[in-house]
Amino acid sequence: MPSVLAQAWAIAAKDLLLEFRSRTAFLSALVFTALVLAIFNFARDPTAVSAADLAPSVLWITFAFAGVLTLSRAFGLEKENRAMDGLLLSPASRTAIYVGKTAANLVFVGAIEAIALPLFALFFDVDLLPVLPPLVLVIALATIGFVSIGTLMSSMAVNTRYGELLLLVLVLPFLVTPVSAAAAMTAKILALRPSVEWAPWLRLLAAYDITFVVLCTLVFEYTLEE
Amino acid sequence: MEVAGLAKRFGHVRALRGVDFALGSGESLAVFGPNGAGKTTLLRVLAGLLKPDGGAVRFGGRPLVSAESAHRRRVGLISHHSLLYDGLTAAENLVFYARLYGLADPRGAAAGALAAVGLGDRAGDRVATFSRGMVQRLAIARALLHGPDVLLLDEPFSGLDQHAAAALRELLGRLRAERRTMVLVTHNLDEGLELASHVAIQVAGRFVSLGPRDGDLAAYRARYAEATAPRA
Repeated sequence: MPSVLAQAWAIAAKDLLLEFRSRTAFLSALVFTALVLAIFNFARDPTAVSAADLAPSVLWITFAFAGVLTLSRAFGLEKENRAMDGLLLSPASRTAIYVGKTAANLVFVGAIEAIALPLFALFFDVDLLPVLPPLVLVIALATIGFVSIGTLMSSMAVNTRYGELLLLVLVLPFLVTPVSAAAAMTAKILALRPSVEWAPWLRLLAAYDITFVVLCTLVFEYTLEE
Repeated sequence: MEVAGLAKRFGHVRALRGVDFALGSGESLAVFGPNGAGKTTLLRVLAGLLKPDGGAVRFGGRPLVSAESAHRRRVGLISHHSLLYDGLTAAENLVFYARLYGLADPRGAAAGALAAVGLGDRAGDRVATFSRGMVQRLAIARALLHGPDVLLLDEPFSGLDQHAAAALRELLGRLRAERRTMVLVTHNLDEGLELASHVAIQVAGRFVSLGPRDGDLAAYRARYAEATAPRA
């Protein structure tokens, strides 16, 4: 009997291979990211608002919406030839399906963020090197939070009409906490403020992640019932 | 397999209304019926993909619990849909499923299953490049990969050419000889009767006829026409 982790790995590896071959969602999200950063940069009046004031919000709006764009593909893949039935017929636990899908989504969103971050530094003239470790920690924690909830919502929205639109409506309320916390922390980190000033936000983000990862894992199987 | 009083409703539509039957090891049931009779719903309930609203299904004396992985390991389903990924090769699809089923040698199992359905030379080709008949053969390989005791088949001959249909008949005959239990739903009386030890006619969610196969094709045609004729 394969372990939950082995089953989850098989599902994540399959999703990653399919996306690597098509690159549809990844490229769409990447183009979206570059466009948003470019538009915000060129539309901004530098005499009215400084790049440093605007940059954290722009970064997190970009990450959040690019992330949601890729999340809808998680269960969209399983609609083809009703492959979801194949997963549900197999002995793979529902937890393994959720963990596998979430892991693949984390890799996608992480890859988009890894490419977007240098673009962000370029457009907003931000020196990331001195603040990279705390910034990566914040990005990792916020991404885990919104990907875990987004993966759950994707499984609910996939079989509905206008699933991608519904996914946005379902996910956005849950993004307020992690995105606000991450934007607040990013502002302080970019301003080189001491860690004691942003540590409370970090604790909030960690608590959010633990709560929603556990909750989503527990309720996932109920989203699969017809 | 024992099925008693099985009921399933979708909104106001009663897809299954008290379906009962029992099959021993090596026995096979062919279920005939018009479109909308609830045949596919019956298979999906037996597979554990749908929860019944009433009644019970027991395999080997144990009740079916859709979430129980031990049950899912014993069942194979061939449905209208292939349950395969077009972007993966034939071998990658089967290796993926072999891993989910925890088979000891996923690559070996996949190669064996592909050879059994005559697709060994197309193992490295993506499913998107396959014809309908080849996809159906690969779907059969997927369903048999883990050696299920119970095989559920929904129009398995659909889309197969004569040669592939004959190969599938031979394969299913072999599985019967290995004492696998089968439930087959189809419109095709010829093919269903050839494989079945028991025959049922399902109309509007219930079995209107059920028993061991005991007549020729003409007799079943007459029985089917009578059972499915519109009532005044």
